[in-house]
Amino acid sequence: MTNTCRFNDAAEAHAAPDVSDLVWPNDPAEIPDWIYTDQRIYDLEQARIFQGRTWNYIALDCELPNPGDYIRSYIGATPIIVARDKDGKVHAFENRCAHRGAEFCKSYRGNTKQFICPYHQWTYDLSGALASVPFRRGVKGVGGMPADFKLEDHHLRSLNVTTRHGVVFASFRDDIESFEDYLGPDMLDQFDTVFDGRPLKLLGVHRNVMPGNWKLYQENLKDPYHATLLHTYLTTFGLFVAGNKTMIMTDPKGRHSTLCNARPQGRPENDQTKSEIRSFHAAMQLADPRVIQLIPEKDSPWTSNAITIWPNLILLRQTNILGARQIVPMGPNQFMLIWTTFGFADDDTAMEQHRLRQNNIFGPGGFIGIDDNEAIKFVQDGVMRSIPRHGVAPLGKDVEGPEVVITDRAIRSMYRHYREEMGL
Amino acid sequence: MLTAQTMTAKKPLDAALRRDLSFAVQEFNADYAETLDRGDIEAWPSYFTEDGIYRLIARDNADSSLPLSLMSCEGMGMLKDRAYAIAHTEMFAPRYVQHQISPARVTDFDGEIITAQANYVILETLVDEPTRLLQCGKYRDKFLMQGDRLLIKERNCIYDTVLVPTCIVYPP
Repeated sequence: MTNTCRFNDAAEAHAAPDVSDLVWPNDPAEIPDWIYTDQRIYDLEQARIFQGRTWNYIALDCELPNPGDYIRSYIGATPIIVARDKDGKVHAFENRCAHRGAEFCKSYRGNTKQFICPYHQWTYDLSGALASVPFRRGVKGVGGMPADFKLEDHHLRSLNVTTRHGVVFASFRDDIESFEDYLGPDMLDQFDTVFDGRPLKLLGVHRNVMPGNWKLYQENLKDPYHATLLHTYLTTFGLFVAGNKTMIMTDPKGRHSTLCNARPQGRPENDQTKSEIRSFHAAMQLADPRVIQLIPEKDSPWTSNAITIWPNLILLRQTNILGARQIVPMGPNQFMLIWTTFGFADDDTAMEQHRLRQNNIFGPGGFIGIDDNEAIKFVQDGVMRSIPRHGVAPLGKDVEGPEVVITDRAIRSMYRHYREEMGL
Repeated sequence: MLTAQTMTAKKPLDAALRRDLSFAVQEFNADYAETLDRGDIEAWPSYFTEDGIYRLIARDNADSSLPLSLMSCEGMGMLKDRAYAIAHTEMFAPRYVQHQISPARVTDFDGEIITAQANYVILETLVDEPTRLLQCGKYRDKFLMQGDRLLIKERNCIYDTVLVPTCIVYPP
């Protein structure tokens, strides 16, 4: 299902900012502070990454089950609308009136026959095509549109859309590989572990604004080193300890990754790595262990899969939690996170309640969601307020395999790809 | 759905009783706020019944009948686990929080359960940062009256501040 993108290489139309004063360090383990703080880098990322040859997550099919359903969404920093037309086809187009530029759709979600910009009532259909404008011939033959005005020259700018297993992605570019080729076989296999094609059911959406650069969130999910050190809840209650069977793998280009973990049966009392973890509370049990109870439902050796899909999506399956986290950059120093939480349409009531209960772990009020949100703010505070320098991501070796998990390998591989895309 | 039949079936609360109940709920809310504002999170579950329910829900989810909560506790076990996680396992910058709770509005009393609501605002202050608005929302409550003491049977906090600033550590 592919639309034709009506952006006509808009990305190339902007003059690239001069970033020749910014020099990437020679040591591949070093990451310069300016990628998190510089407005020119942010602008270049919008043009080269989010408006470049990338597939960006924009919605789940189950958010728009019926014709006329729509949601507000984003591609990069650009506000868009995702809508389902009368024939069931999903469209994505800019949330900006073709007339005076108004961001006209101000509802999180809804159902409509058409979109009307309230300023001058320019009216668009569910594909974003301009259907009518008021006073086209003026009043009493005076005023109105020029004689050569054509509705078809003023459609909303639409995006190239593709769907896999109920997940909707969009691109500014038509000259882009298929979503399947974009992911590559290993990541596609991981993607299909979370989305096996069964219809999904939307449970709800959280939104928060994070005081950090958007790339810090990608890094966070490519960083198995922090998982057992920062997230005391995981180690305290036995969801994830450093001795678990764990794997971090990347696609050949280094832009996507998956962190898989297999939780042990029972509690990890004999785990020898726990002496390294200052925060381990060996005696602690949950008063109500339903929150971390695993109800087997997938034919997978892993109990959690954290998948990063470049550039704006984190897919997370943890125990029985299923979620998509959409990254929306809002300038170099902050981003919005949209946490879309779902189950399967065929879940019974007990399973749905179980997923909802378990979602206490994630989100902007989650037992471990809070840790990451705070840690990212700490990093941004540090790089914004101290004397600029290079951070380091030195753990592990690039030649090591996916079973080596005390490593920064996936962060380094992301930045190798980033530098190529950005010309840095 | 409110129908003509249910409207006529329900007698309005006696005005004096309603004032007494409102005052009791307000005193309860003042104590609740004081406990959270001084950071005594492990005392928070004591404001609930054994089967007490606590939910923190974004208003857009509530409006769309989506069941996801930002925090949800069903019963004393989950309330205590939430309190323990905040006190001992979560990593977050130290902060002051301050609740401002509006006068309570009691809408029903069946002899045992008080149905009430109140608006709340929570201000949050981090080290070397200006005080900011963390949340504004509405408590939709059911209190159990035990002698002269109230306990929360169900508290739904529906927040207007849908775009959460960073995260919410302490329950509103």
